[in-house]
Amino acid sequence: MSQETVSLAEHLFRREAGRMVSSLVRVLGMRHLALAEDAVQDALLRALETWKFRGAPSNPAAWLLRSAHNRAIDLLRRQEGFKRLAPELERALAAVVAEVPGAEAHAIADDELRLMFSCCDPALSPQAQVAVILKYLCGFSVHEIAQAFLSAEAAVEKQLFRSRRTLEQRGALFEVREPAQVRERLPSVRGAIYLLFNEGYHGAHPERPVREDLCHEAMRLGVLLSRLPAAGPETQALLALFCFLAARLPARLGDDGNLLLLAEQDRALWDRELIAEGLRRLDRSAEGQALTAFHLEAAIAARHAAAASFAETEWASIRDLYHLLMRLRPTPVVALNRAIALGMAEGPEAGLRALAAIEDRERLARYPFFPAAVAEFELRAGQPERAASQLRAALLLVRNEAEEAVLARKLAACERAS
Amino acid sequence: MASFMLIFRGGDNRNDSPEQLQQHMQKWLGWFEGLTKAGAYKGQGAPLEAGGKVVRGARKVVSDGPFAESKDLVGGYAIVEAKDLDGAVEIARGCPIYERDGAVEVRPVQPM
Repeated sequence: MSQETVSLAEHLFRREAGRMVSSLVRVLGMRHLALAEDAVQDALLRALETWKFRGAPSNPAAWLLRSAHNRAIDLLRRQEGFKRLAPELERALAAVVAEVPGAEAHAIADDELRLMFSCCDPALSPQAQVAVILKYLCGFSVHEIAQAFLSAEAAVEKQLFRSRRTLEQRGALFEVREPAQVRERLPSVRGAIYLLFNEGYHGAHPERPVREDLCHEAMRLGVLLSRLPAAGPETQALLALFCFLAARLPARLGDDGNLLLLAEQDRALWDRELIAEGLRRLDRSAEGQALTAFHLEAAIAARHAAAASFAETEWASIRDLYHLLMRLRPTPVVALNRAIALGMAEGPEAGLRALAAIEDRERLARYPFFPAAVAEFELRAGQPERAASQLRAALLLVRNEAEEAVLARKLAACERAS
Repeated sequence: MASFMLIFRGGDNRNDSPEQLQQHMQKWLGWFEGLTKAGAYKGQGAPLEAGGKVVRGARKVVSDGPFAESKDLVGGYAIVEAKDLDGAVEIARGCPIYERDGAVEVRPVQPM
């Protein structure tokens, strides 16, 4: 009972689950992904049984890793037909266990990076890549992944099973010490991390419009990725973007739990440290020659972060950045945001013309923020009744209560004005 | 004050995610901490390993075990101090084990 106890860091089990799976599959190979997962779950269960009585030991991460490796050895011994190879792997696992007390943070981070690249296998869809990242690197359960993606648990289970079968055929983990290989797969890795962040930030979750956990996991993985020399300035741009957006998280929900638009947020609640971190990363992202979509998105987010109020936003500069972004990523949502920035810079009539000129407007037909943007400029142009009818159309498209509340609030304002 | 042994049976966390496991553990730690502060728990308690041996009968036969069903398996024990059995039951009601379908047996320790 005199054992030294420590209170655990938030999400420690989740973080360590990813680290332990990475460490185990590096030694055992991808074909033992399922065994690694079982060994990790058993180690966490054992920690619960022991620690719930007396608290965690002074180095919980090392305790868990040792326990997971020992459990993996047990499971290997039990596997039929594995007798011949087992001693070799056992020695390799035992060697890792012997290193554990030194808690080789670098070695473990490298294992996590290897697994991250392995998860972004070209045979998997971007959505499937994010799901396996959440499962194996972030310690999310099927239930938690289903919640994050608003999918049925059975469907997630099936997708993960198929993905695991694909990954198990890959043999060894991806080698992150080969710059050429790394550069080839880097875009999908960044894409998956970006998707993960966006799912947390903009996801269409019915009850929780902002799922900060997903944003924080994306940022953690991005920081990990940026440790790789080959990750390059574009990864810094991606992280800068995350910092600026995450800085707004404390201000995004009102007291009633409703989503607040940029114009409505209390900017005093924005996280100044994250903004400063974003600016540092943005500086570092300028080291190369490349100007990527992430650079532009980060620069736009930086303009918003720098504005003392919504009215003082440098809209002309944001409009110009959107012009550039349209060339690199000509999607309807970028076109919509460009039209909004243009209207804010040049006046509501120009905004309405820009919105009407969006080429593939029909792809925005189910997106409530398109009619909401039209409504905003109609209102600013002194046409509250037209604005109200646009908002009524937008309200038919909402995907969660938070979006509904935002638009209903605007509609009430228009009705008062008309 | 009298002593009572709380015997923890069952409680299945196998399907919990890492996050749920950590949250569940923190509830246990909070519960023990509260009891310690109130002077009801003095650190006499421990988890038990699942496996072991059973020695039985006049011939002292040793077998593997116990092989109780997992919902009945004793996972650990704790000695707590309470005014009477009702007080000890009240303590047991605060245990997080019920969230995972477990049970607590409350047994008065006979004074010597």
